Amino acid sequence: MLQVVAQPIMQTVYQRPECLTDHHTHYCPGCTHGIAHRLLAEAIDELGIRTQTVLVAPVGCSVFVYDYFNVDACVAAHGRAPAMATGLKRVLPDRMVITYQGDGDLVSIGAGEILHAAARGEHITTIFVNNAVYGMTGGQMAPTTLVGQKTTSSAQGRSVSSTGYPIRMSELLSSLDGTAYIVRRSLHDPASIRKAKKAILTALKVQQAGLGFGMVELLSTCPTNWGIAPDKALEWLETNMLPYYPVGDYKVVPEVAAL
Amino acid sequence: MTRELLKGNIAIAEAAVRAGLEAYFGYPITPQTELLEYLSVRMNELNRVFLQAESEVAAINMVYGAACTGVRVMTSSSSPGISLMQEGLSYIAGANLPCVVVDMMRGGPGLGNILPSQGDYFQITRSAGHGDYHPIVLAPASVQEAIDFTTLAFDLADQYRHLVILAADGQIGQMMEPAELPPMTEPRKTPPEWALRGAQDRPRNVISSLFMSGEAEEAHNIAIQKRLRKIKKTEPRWQEYNTDDAQLLVIAYGSAGRVAYSALEAARANGLKVGLMRPQTLWPFPEERLSELADRVEMCLVVEMNAGQMLEDVRLATGGQIPVQFYGRMGGIVPSSEEVLKAIETHYNHAAHHA
Ligand SMILES: Cc1ncc(C[n+]2csc(CCOP(=O)(O)OP(=O)(O)O)c2C)c(N)n1
Ligand code: SF4
Repeated sequence: MLQVVAQPIMQTVYQRPECLTDHHTHYCPGCTHGIAHRLLAEAIDELGIRTQTVLVAPVGCSVFVYDYFNVDACVAAHGRAPAMATGLKRVLPDRMVITYQGDGDLVSIGAGEILHAAARGEHITTIFVNNAVYGMTGGQMAPTTLVGQKTTSSAQGRSVSSTGYPIRMSELLSSLDGTAYIVRRSLHDPASIRKAKKAILTALKVQQAGLGFGMVELLSTCPTNWGIAPDKALEWLETNMLPYYPVGDYKVVPEVAAL
Repeated sequence: MTRELLKGNIAIAEAAVRAGLEAYFGYPITPQTELLEYLSVRMNELNRVFLQAESEVAAINMVYGAACTGVRVMTSSSSPGISLMQEGLSYIAGANLPCVVVDMMRGGPGLGNILPSQGDYFQITRSAGHGDYHPIVLAPASVQEAIDFTTLAFDLADQYRHLVILAADGQIGQMMEPAELPPMTEPRKTPPEWALRGAQDRPRNVISSLFMSGEAEEAHNIAIQKRLRKIKKTEPRWQEYNTDDAQLLVIAYGSAGRVAYSALEAARANGLKVGLMRPQTLWPFPEERLSELADRVEMCLVVEMNAGQMLEDVRLATGGQIPVQFYGRMGGIVPSSEEVLKAIETHYNHAAHHA
């Protein structure tokens, strides 16, 4: 009698993107920087641009992105990544230049550099991780910290009378004519993460097509400095950050539809 | 090549272009703005990168980015702008990147004025930003020297992967003199192996000044110090006039050096044995030669357009062997040769009296 032996079919369904090194990241449990890395890495791989990419690291918790991404990379001074990326891109117009920046880096100390890079329509892509605090230095108030939110430098809650209001950077930059693609996404659940991935892919295509400045803002968690467990941090993001920072497309030039 | 009448700022800009400058980023500030204006046209003609940045902070960080690609890159500014660039300069130094920065010094502190000064000596020769390092600082005293030092600045920057500052006072930027430009050289075709261009057919390159462990940071610093020692040994440059039999040695650089030379000629005509040392590199300071000269002369007179900054280097180099006198003007005032001559005569007679 013929015996039929079932052969297990081996198929890779999930693996580390080529674009990531095998370095262990130093991120805290539940930190969504890791997810943002993964999404960016997948997008670079899908476009086959790993060897054409230069990544500019910020100063912040993600300063070590150059250890995690298998691409040419450099570290900017705090907030100056868009200026550094401008220098790189102007000399290398056919390479892909990406900045990865936190909210303290981008909205506070580097507000001038991002504003002018966007206004000039620099052909760069910015991945903007907004976790509403300064992560690396221990959870101080950022310009994105919500009103009333307690941080290590606003222990009684952020007060409007002394520190004003949180800045919505995507909305602000979308008013500039040099921008081509400005969207906000969130990393708090799988459906949102899939949408974030798609946006990053589009933003990179915008740079490839030379349409203008592109930025994807990613609402992220910092469980450590928020003082909340990782699962609760995702809920906190959804309940508190989403209403103030609505996800959406703030600037999408018509040419994006054809990408 | 022919000599032509050239303004300092324009001469430096064109010399940079001819040295293969591929990217320039800057912000307007008197007295160097013509340099930026000239390049805004010239670089476009040649299809090279020119960008007026939103600030000196942005400009130097654009330079930092462009320098990562391995091309010849430059910015120019004047004292308040150089103050703003300190952060970027320190990062560039920490990342071992070559680049050239022009500083057309003006009166300070604060907004000061737009007149010629040498008030930036401390801020550019010490470390130009935080951390332990020194930029190479070249100090031209004429339009021709400004041209020659521009070429030299790019060569030294590349040779040592180091930051080079061309430091002149506003007078050198603004004055017109006959000078000769070098022939055009084409930008380098192949980038250096450390450059960021995309990790094609090679492992990725990383440019960073971040070293988390004390050991790694110290090792990085030791390497920088080793390079600095080599520069200190090989690169000091200066000119000497009538030092053979000099009893009083004047030490002055840039425009002050020119004035001091006129004063020296007048003093010699009066029979005074005066010599002049004009440092062309402010860092590395020609300390070894000065120390030798100090063995032979009876007294030094430092002339500067500030309150006495190089004076400290002269004191260090002469190590208390001989008296060191100082004559300086501040506020953007260039001393006249008559007043320098007077200072020479006063100290000379005093020295003779004591001899
Ligand atoms: C000029 C300068 N000022 C301050 C700091 C200290 N510093 C390091 S990271 C950081 C904040 C980073 O926060 P963010 O950009 O929100 O990124 P996160 O760490 O949250 O990812 C600060 C203030 C610095 N490195 N340089
Ligand atoms: S401190 Fe916050 S942002 Fe930084 S790694 Fe930890 S969780 Fe992430």
